[in-house]
Amino acid sequence: MQQQTQQRVLYSLLLLALIVAPFAGAYPVFVMKVLCFALFACAFNLLLGFTGLLSFGHAAFFGSAGYVTGYAIRNLGFTPEVGILAGVIAGAVLGLVIGLLAIRRQGIYFAMITLALAQMLYFLCLQAPFTGGEDGLQGVPRGSLFGVLPLDSDLTLYYVVLAICALGFLLIMRIVHSPFGQVLKAIKENEPRAISLGYDVDRFKLLAFVLSATLAALAGSTKTVVLGFETLTDVHWTMSGMVILMTLVGGLGTMLGPVVGAVLIIVLENKLGDIGNWLATATGVPWFQTLGESVTIVIGAIFIICVLAFRRGLVGELTARVPFFRTMSQPS
Amino acid sequence: MELLGIPLPALLSQLLLGLVNGSFYAMLSLGLAVIFGLLNVINFAHGALFMLGAMLAWMGGNYLGLNYWVMLILAPVVVGIVGIVIERTMLRWIYKLDHLYGLLLTFGITLVLEGVFRSIYGVSGQPFDAPEALSGATNLGFMFMPNYRAWVVVASLVVCFATWFIIEKTKIGAYLRAGTENPKLVEAFGVNVPLMITLTYGFGVALAAFAGVLAAPVIQISPLMGQSMIITVFAVVVIGGMGSIMGSIITGLMLGVIEGFTKVFYPEASATVVFVIMVIVLLLRPAGLFGKQK
Repeated sequence: MQQQTQQRVLYSLLLLALIVAPFAGAYPVFVMKVLCFALFACAFNLLLGFTGLLSFGHAAFFGSAGYVTGYAIRNLGFTPEVGILAGVIAGAVLGLVIGLLAIRRQGIYFAMITLALAQMLYFLCLQAPFTGGEDGLQGVPRGSLFGVLPLDSDLTLYYVVLAICALGFLLIMRIVHSPFGQVLKAIKENEPRAISLGYDVDRFKLLAFVLSATLAALAGSTKTVVLGFETLTDVHWTMSGMVILMTLVGGLGTMLGPVVGAVLIIVLENKLGDIGNWLATATGVPWFQTLGESVTIVIGAIFIICVLAFRRGLVGELTARVPFFRTMSQPS
Repeated sequence: MELLGIPLPALLSQLLLGLVNGSFYAMLSLGLAVIFGLLNVINFAHGALFMLGAMLAWMGGNYLGLNYWVMLILAPVVVGIVGIVIERTMLRWIYKLDHLYGLLLTFGITLVLEGVFRSIYGVSGQPFDAPEALSGATNLGFMFMPNYRAWVVVASLVVCFATWFIIEKTKIGAYLRAGTENPKLVEAFGVNVPLMITLTYGFGVALAAFAGVLAAPVIQISPLMGQSMIITVFAVVVIGGMGSIMGSIITGLMLGVIEGFTKVFYPEASATVVFVIMVIVLLLRPAGLFGKQK
């Protein structure tokens, strides 16, 4: 019981910090972008961290939802909440289709199938007339929420996005701690045993996949509203790799890990040039100045280090080593 | 002469182009299958090492003045050594873990390799000419056959079947197959299994590099050439299943040909046809064409 209270205090503090963040000098659009990716990573973690399924194609849901939302708002004149809803529904349907195909094979094949299907979607987005091809979908207006609340101000939009992401996070937490979530954990730990206990494992896996895809779609749709454009980057396989990395860096199967990972990776991606310049002046090695252009190398290196030495991720390591965090994150 | 409204020479030249692509798929999926069999690792870096092979061929010609034939041998050797280093320093620490970590680790290696070459050469393609002995085309009477493409198909087939022969018909191959089934038991018989694993990985990636050098004059050499290749090859592997060497070869060639024909009849779908076939196979025969249902 005490752990639960502690957890609640932590999450409330975090939420409070996010509520006051714009007044503490944080740039709202940047925080919103981070929030969307945090939700994306949490949705992904629901599948990998809590069900043990590695999807290498989550960019498909994230990106296609973004396209649908962008198209619905810009070309069909939908209000943002309807646009987001359209994106989420598209993501859920896509999740159902890809999920149905992918769960026909286990383990490593699952990852390859999701990757291949996501690549197929990438080609479709490249060729389809409504995505704008290489240029992407530009100039998506923010519109007015429910037709009454204009979202043009960054601050208004910030609280709407914060609410969406917080609700998404709560939903994921609820799923993980529900009896359904416990079955998912059982499947992750020992699939044959879950089958022998009489669970229809495929149905549970599929539902987890669709839920994860739907929440990833929510993140993607929201991101399109925030940034006002959608491009092929979001459906490309590197995006699927990014969300895996965020979850891995933060900690697989931890509640807050993906959030921490998303913050780290997005900040790193944006500030790598500055970090490189700082390293160059600090160490006197001019090569570091080129670091800003070599994001992929750094991302790849982090991947390698994480897998070899750091598999529990930041939050995972913290909870395993520091007694205070250990008591806090015991599964309730 | 026409077939289904398409002139026959055009059809045949697409068939040859399909066979060329199919040879690359076959060699790459063969390497993936051999590596997966013994190491239990899906080598995502296969595409990047394919790219490295082609890049080395270009660099050898450009900086050292080495010709195509030298690089055809040298590049796979160098990439094989790179593979051995990767296996010794990184892969061997993760064999006991879940499969997914192998995929993620090699994914990281891919990003680093591609990133390094991207930061040096950018994303544009480098020109690479076919060796003089193979330039030009031969008139077969019903079509002009570009010599280099024919050479790619022949060379790949020879390498593929040599690999099949070594694995299925020789003593080394018997050790390898035994190691795939039960590494502990094979070790008890005095076979140095860790060494065998290292060499297998080196051989598998050398095969990818060989494909890369063969591909250099046919497709544009760029740091990104391995990316789309590896994802297509994954689909090939899902379609064929990784259980059988011959299965990998046949599936690879077959899909290349199907892709070639799609370019003739419905070019819009040529990028996605392999994935569509994967979907159909998953629906009808989930274990893959040559896979065993578990």
